[in-house]
This record gives sequence, structure tokens and C-alpha cells, in this order.
Amino acid sequence: MADLTDLGIADLRDGVRDGSFAAVEVAEAFNARVVGAKALNAFLVETPDHALTAARAADAARAAGDAPKPLAGVPIGMKDLFCTAGVQTTAASHILEGFVPPYESTVSQNLWDAGAGMLGKLNMDQFAMGSSNETSYFGNVISPWRRKDGGNAPLAPGGSSGGSSSAVAARLCPGATGTDTGGSIRQPAAFVGISGIKPTYGRCSRWGTIAFASSLDQAGPMARDVTDCAIMLEAMSGFDAKDATSLQLEVPRWEAHLSPDLKGKRVGVPKDYRVDGMPSEIEALWQQGIDWLRDAGAEIVEVSLPHTKYALPAYYIIAPAEASSNLARYDGVRYGLRDLPDGANLQDMYAATRADGFGDEVKRRILIGTYVLSAGFYDAYYTQAQKVRALIARDFEKAWEVCDVLLTPTAPSAAFALGEKSSDPIAMYLNDVFTVPSSLAGLPAMSVPGGLDKDGLPLGLQIIGKPLDEQGVLNAGLAIEERAGFLARPEAWW
Amino acid sequence: MSDYRIQGATGEWEVVIGLEVHAQVTSNAKLFSGSSTTFGAEPNTQVSLVDAAMPGMLPVPNAECIRQAVRTGMAIDAQINTWSRFDRKNYFYADLPQGYQISQLYHPLVGEGAIDISLDEKNPDASGKRIGVERIHVEQDAGKLMHDQHPTRSYVDLNRSGVALMEIVSRPDMASPAEAGAYLRKLRSILRYVGSCDGNMEEGSMRADVNVSVRKAGEPLGTRTETKNVNSVRFVMAAIEHEANRQVDVLESGGRIVQETRLFDPDKGVTRSMRSKEDAHDYRYFPDPDLLPLVLDDAFLEACRASLPELPDAKRRRYEAAGITPYNATVLTAEVESARWFDALLEAGAAAPQAANWTTSELFGALNRTGRGFADSPVTPVQAAELLALVADGTLSNSLAKQVFEIMLETGDGAIKVVEDRGLKQTSDTGAIDAAITAIIAANADKVADYRGGKDKLFGFFVGQTMKAMAGKANPGVVNERLKAMLDQG
Repeated sequence: MADLTDLGIADLRDGVRDGSFAAVEVAEAFNARVVGAKALNAFLVETPDHALTAARAADAARAAGDAPKPLAGVPIGMKDLFCTAGVQTTAASHILEGFVPPYESTVSQNLWDAGAGMLGKLNMDQFAMGSSNETSYFGNVISPWRRKDGGNAPLAPGGSSGGSSSAVAARLCPGATGTDTGGSIRQPAAFVGISGIKPTYGRCSRWGTIAFASSLDQAGPMARDVTDCAIMLEAMSGFDAKDATSLQLEVPRWEAHLSPDLKGKRVGVPKDYRVDGMPSEIEALWQQGIDWLRDAGAEIVEVSLPHTKYALPAYYIIAPAEASSNLARYDGVRYGLRDLPDGANLQDMYAATRADGFGDEVKRRILIGTYVLSAGFYDAYYTQAQKVRALIARDFEKAWEVCDVLLTPTAPSAAFALGEKSSDPIAMYLNDVFTVPSSLAGLPAMSVPGGLDKDGLPLGLQIIGKPLDEQGVLNAGLAIEERAGFLARPEAWW
Repeated sequence: MSDYRIQGATGEWEVVIGLEVHAQVTSNAKLFSGSSTTFGAEPNTQVSLVDAAMPGMLPVPNAECIRQAVRTGMAIDAQINTWSRFDRKNYFYADLPQGYQISQLYHPLVGEGAIDISLDEKNPDASGKRIGVERIHVEQDAGKLMHDQHPTRSYVDLNRSGVALMEIVSRPDMASPAEAGAYLRKLRSILRYVGSCDGNMEEGSMRADVNVSVRKAGEPLGTRTETKNVNSVRFVMAAIEHEANRQVDVLESGGRIVQETRLFDPDKGVTRSMRSKEDAHDYRYFPDPDLLPLVLDDAFLEACRASLPELPDAKRRRYEAAGITPYNATVLTAEVESARWFDALLEAGAAAPQAANWTTSELFGALNRTGRGFADSPVTPVQAAELLALVADGTLSNSLAKQVFEIMLETGDGAIKVVEDRGLKQTSDTGAIDAAITAIIAANADKVADYRGGKDKLFGFFVGQTMKAMAGKANPGVVNERLKAMLDQG
């Protein structure tokens, strides 16, 4: 029998359903993969028993002739931003080191209810702030990919969902949860040659997910292909009365309605995404994507999103502003780290706890956020950024008058080496240039692998859709996937 | 216009007062979580994951709290904003688990309204004044620090954390401690009528931040100070009195008033500085991204309006129109409990003016004596209506009615039962009355002679003797009539 860890979510689900193999065999195979891949540093906590318990339940249900659950027999990885009952949840931070929530996030609970099991908690950029996974308190995740340049430079798996991307690409799990605030699902998916979708803001409940920037944070799946993303997203989504921004809508049956036929669809190509210094390989892949979608029956139209160039600065005001407030609760009073120097008063305790508990990037964003919200600067920064956000949303609304989805590159480059950009925050922030506008507008967007660059590293294409039109996004993704025939996978060195 | 002035060495000073009242919304659950809000529970027993600001927790507005604030706004005839929004007020303190308070700075739920006060609540003819209300917004309360549990540590009780408050912000329209007191009492009365806040200041359900400044007549507003968290009407008045005089002293001795936050010390009756504007927090208010704007539809607003009870001013006017004296109408409507009780009395068939007289004299007196309130009155409105009906139909004289009422208070029995059991019925039987009068005339021949000789005042003596002989049960009208006839006969 083939290695079960070579199978994706749909194949595992179907195989367990039809009795080709037992769910416990699947869980054991992936548990073993996880144990054997410590060099990637993708997992912060391994939970083999959780995966096995879910697998046994799936096998027992099948034996009893019960109707199969949507993800019965499928073990997944859980980004450490999701609170998991009884399992340490840290957002890869020191300040939450040792924190074990007594509650389960809605998204993870939805997955367990669908029959999935958990292989472990996945490393990430601290509090989801970063694009390379280098801000984790527990050491950076390493991409399973290496450049074909003879060197062995460890590469960034992207961020912030870098543990998720690395684990899926290295076949440590068939799918993983991610969260996306400004590109944290799409950019890492692109860096490692997998698919990932951020749904419309409000599709996935934020309850129990540690907040970075509330108005932007959205959970989504990262998996090997578009179908697997559709299956997993169906299980993760749904209205939640505990999240006031949750959308009170039925979850569409995305998998059942997948179709690569784009006849009658119009694909917009935003000229404003042609940024200075974009590598020619990215440019070429974008053109290739356009050709593929035309081949799938779509009409290609050029569109203009004129406020795109203001998206990144606006994002780096709004997201830190919200973060500076969201992270105020980590104060050493009720849970997590507490530094109480001798003779310290309350203010001293706050200062010591937060100085020690937060990493540099988190501190940088708290400082930026505090600054832009402070008296005298609020209007110049925060109010202005909100205006820009409204203009960016309007750009998209106008584009939808002439097209159904947009096609862009996911990131301005392939994966970079660890350490290459970590000393230059601005260079790092520029990684989000293509993903941030759709985040600001709350739109569904996904990255699918398109090809490899000259160093043999994956490059991704991004599809952005209308509000609530995940189906359109997934279908265009599927059309690319079928034409790209992306089968490359990293050679195991770990 | 108030004639309250502070007599300084340099002349008279006017006082300008504005009040920010924090009123705890009556609701079983907190503003953004399902936790209970019972007063006096063991520390940290009414705390949800949301109230403790655990990672990943989110606020969800409680519709009941919003409804109560909207109804309150409607009760003071205020603008209801169908689009409002929650903002975060950011600061660090151990009683504030989120590190921010969810409040409404930029777009409050309720806009301009007004409250009419009487400048002398005891005198129905006293002139009134309209105090503007700038806004009402809803916000979360903080927890409580306990410093007396341990020699070196402080403890945090989060039971109050997240409880819904209405902040009711007045215009600086008050000019004396008395006006501020009248405003607070009237506001509390309205809140209790509406049922949106129990108004119990001693339990902390209602507390006031007091803004005070002083100026010479005709001058622009002076610099104000804000005295925080004053928790009784009396203390608010005392704080204003002290603070205004303090400001006059400072200004007259060449100093200047600094804009600052002060605390009132009820034991010493003084205010003292807490922090000045210079070290005030920068709260970094911004719209709470966890919450969507609050949009109220017409059906919700109509339901709020339909659920409003008759309010004190309207009720007072109705009572007066029914023939109740302005004084009685004012007294009866001042508190919702008495007004509700009295309405039930009217509903049970009692005639308004008599019922009002009886309630304000007999019942108020009895409740005072027994230390009870209308809510636990020993006599029900139906029982009282029965008693008043017996007076109206001549079965009981007023003095007999008093006796019957005392027995009702003691036994809890109804008026008819008391009358029957004790034979307290008033008699108009002229045979019995005549017999008593005949005996009295016979026994008091000298006084009869004096009376007939022109000492009219002795008539009262004969009335008293006759009533005594009849054990108080004779109909006073009949006694008068028969006495007159029989004395004049001779």
C-alpha cells in the first residue's frame, strides 16, 4: 500500500469511508511523520492521542454503520493561535507560555465535530505578526524546500502561518488551519507550493482565536489542493452567536459545486499590481495564469484598483492600532507570564511582564499602534487609514462591475532565506503588498501554486473574489490547478 | 434661576454644575457576556471567560441592556440614535481585564434630552427648571480591587467587570447644590419608573461624577474640576458645596483652578485632588473592531416605546386632573412604588381625592411607623379601597376608619371583616342616639343651661359626650343634627 501520508484530505476521507484503510492507520502514519520532522520546528505541541482518539471514533462509527462525518479519519494540524481545550496555546509567544485554555475555539470545535483529529499545535509568527516565522518565541519554522543552487540555506516557510505551510508541504499533515490578517495564509501557502484560502470576513468565527487585528483576522484552511481546501473550509465555517462579526449565513456546499469550467466568467487583471522591481519570473507566472484562465473559458479584462499603493501603509496603521489594544490583556494579572521584581508595584509588574513576554516585532507593532491612536495623531493616522480602507473597498466594488474574480501574484518573490529580511522590517512588510488589499476589503482570496522559479522554489497565484463568492475563487483556483499540474514537492532532508 | 450664591470677599459667585451619572442597567446579564449581575455575590463567582478577558474571547452586545438604555432615553424625551457605535477606552489597571473599557465616545446611543426639576419639591407652586441632558451612552463597568485582604497584596474581584452602565451626562445647567439634588432625585425616580436602573446608590447602582466651576455674574465659565464617584444625593450636594467654596477661596487668594479629577471624602466632607490634567491618561479611543455598529430598527424602537410606563410628570398631571391636590399628586408620584400602589387603589374603585388624602396621611404615616415601604405594605390597595368605600357609604366615620385601619395593620384582615368582627359599624339609629342625648342632657343640666344662655361653644362638649356614650360608632352628622334639635327644644 502506498504511504498514507502521500494522500490529501479528500483521498483520506474517501479511503476511510470505503474501508480501504482504517482511520487509526492514517493517524499513526501522520503521527510518525510528525515525530520524524522535528528539524522543521513546525510543531510546538504534538498531540498524537488527540488524532488517535478521533480516528478510533471514526473507525467505530464506520463499524457501527453510522453516517460518516465530513472529516472522519482526517488528522490535521492546528495553528497555535486557536485555543484548544487542555492543550497549551501560546500564539508562539513567551507571555502565554504554559497557558492551557479550558475552552475550545469555535473553528477547532467545528473541525472536531466534523470528525477531524489534531496532530498538534503549529508554530507561527508570534501573535501572527510576521511574514517569515522568525518572530516565534520558540524558534523559527524552516521550510522543507531548498534552493537548487547547491547551497543549503534554510528558507522561510512564510508567515505567519509558517508552521502550517511547512507541515502541509512536508506531508506532516494533509491539511492545517491558518489565519490570515494581511496574507498570513496566502503568502506561506505560496512559499511552499500548497493551496490556502482566506474566506470572506465573518465566515469563520473568531471566538477562541487569539486576536491580532480583529477587523482583519480570518481563519482558513491550508491544504495540498483546492478540493481539500473546499472540504476543510466547509467544516471550519458557520455562524457563531459568540462572535458579533460572524455572518449569519448557511455554509455553501463548496466541494459539491467545484467546477474548473469558467465559461461566461470574467477575470480581472489589476494593472496596479505591477509593482516596481517585481521579478520577471513573477511577471511571467502571472501571464501564464492569465492564459490558463482564458483557456478555462474565462474572458480576461484589465481593471484598475487605483488606491492599491496606499493599502500597505493603511494596513500597517490599522492592524497595529487594533493589536496594541487587543494585546493589552496580557498583563500578568490573570494568566500567562508574570514578572514581579522585588518591591515592584503594579506598573512595574506590567512593564517587566510585557518587556519580557513580548518579542521585538510584537513590541514594534504595539508601539506603532499606540502611537497612531494617541491624542494629536489619531486623525492623521488612524482616521486617514480608515478612509483609505473605504476607498480600497470601493476600488474592488467598481472592479466587480466588470469582472467576477481578480488574478494577481500572491507574493512579490519566492521564499527568502531565514535572516535575509529580518533586520529590515519594511522589506518584510512589503511581502504583504498583494495580499493586504483584499484583507482590508474583507474579500475571499486564495493562493494556488503556479510553478517554480529558477531556483526550483514554488510561486503562487492569488485569486480574489467578490464578498461571499468563495465558490468563484475556488473554481478559478481549480482551473489553474488543473492546468498548472503542479506536482513538485520538497525532497526530504529533515 | 437659582439665587444660590457664594459670598466671597470680593463679592458674589455663581456656581455652575454638571453631573455625569453612572447608572447600572437592570439586566440579568452583563453588557457583553452572559454572566449574572447579582449584587453581593462571593468574589469572582460571576465572571465569564469574556469578563476575565481570556485570550480569544469576544464581546456580544446584550439586547436587553441596549433596550433599557433606549427606554431611558425615550423617558427623558431624548434623541435616540438608530446608528451608534462602541469605542474602546484604553488604559491599564488591574480591575480592567481587557486593558480597555468598551464605551461609546463618538456615537452614543442616546443624544439630547431633558429632565424637568422642581426647585422646591415640597412646594407644588415652586417654579421648575429644565436641565439639559447631553447624551446617554452605555459602557462596561470595571472590577473591584480589594486592598484589605492581605498585608502586601491587592486582590481583584471581577464580579462587576463587564456589568452594563448607562452614563447620563447633563448639561452644566445646575446652579446650586439643591438643584443638583433635585436633578438626581428626579433622574432616579425616572429610572425607577422605567425600570432601567434600581437607583440604589448605597449598592453602587448609581453614582455621580460632579463637575463644578464658579464665576462672577456675567463672566464666562470658569475652569472646572471633576469629583469622581460620589455615591449619595447628600454627598453630591455636600461635595458641590465644599468644592465651590474651595474654588472661591483659591480664586480670591490669587490662585487659579486647575482642571483636575478630585475625590470626595464623606467623613470629612471635603474634596481632594486625585490627579491633574497633566498626568491624565491618553485613552486612545477608537472604534471597537470586535463589534459592528449598533443599528436599531423601527420595530425595536416601537417595542421600546410601547413598553414605557406612565412617567412621573404625566402621572402627576393626571392625578391633578382627577381632583387630587397638587401637593398630594407630587408626593404620590415622587417614587414609582407609591405611584404604583396608588394607581392600584384607584383601580380598585376608590375616589381619587379622598384616596389621595388617606394615602398621604394615613398610609404614609403607618408605613413610616412600621418601617415598611409600599412594596411590602401590610395593607393591599384592594383592602384600602374597601376601607375607603365604607367611609364613603357612611358605614364608618373617619375616626372609626382610623380604628379599623389600625386593626387591619395588626391583623392583615380586610376592612369589612374587621368591622363585622368588632362591631365597629357606625350607627345612624336615631333611637339609640336620642336615648344617649337625653341621658347626657339630664346629667349636665348646668351646662345645658349655659348653652341655652348663649355659650354656643359648649356644643362641642355635647358632641364629645354623645360620641363617647355611643363608643365612637355614632354617625357624626346624625349626632349633630339630633343634638341641635334636642338642645334647642328645651
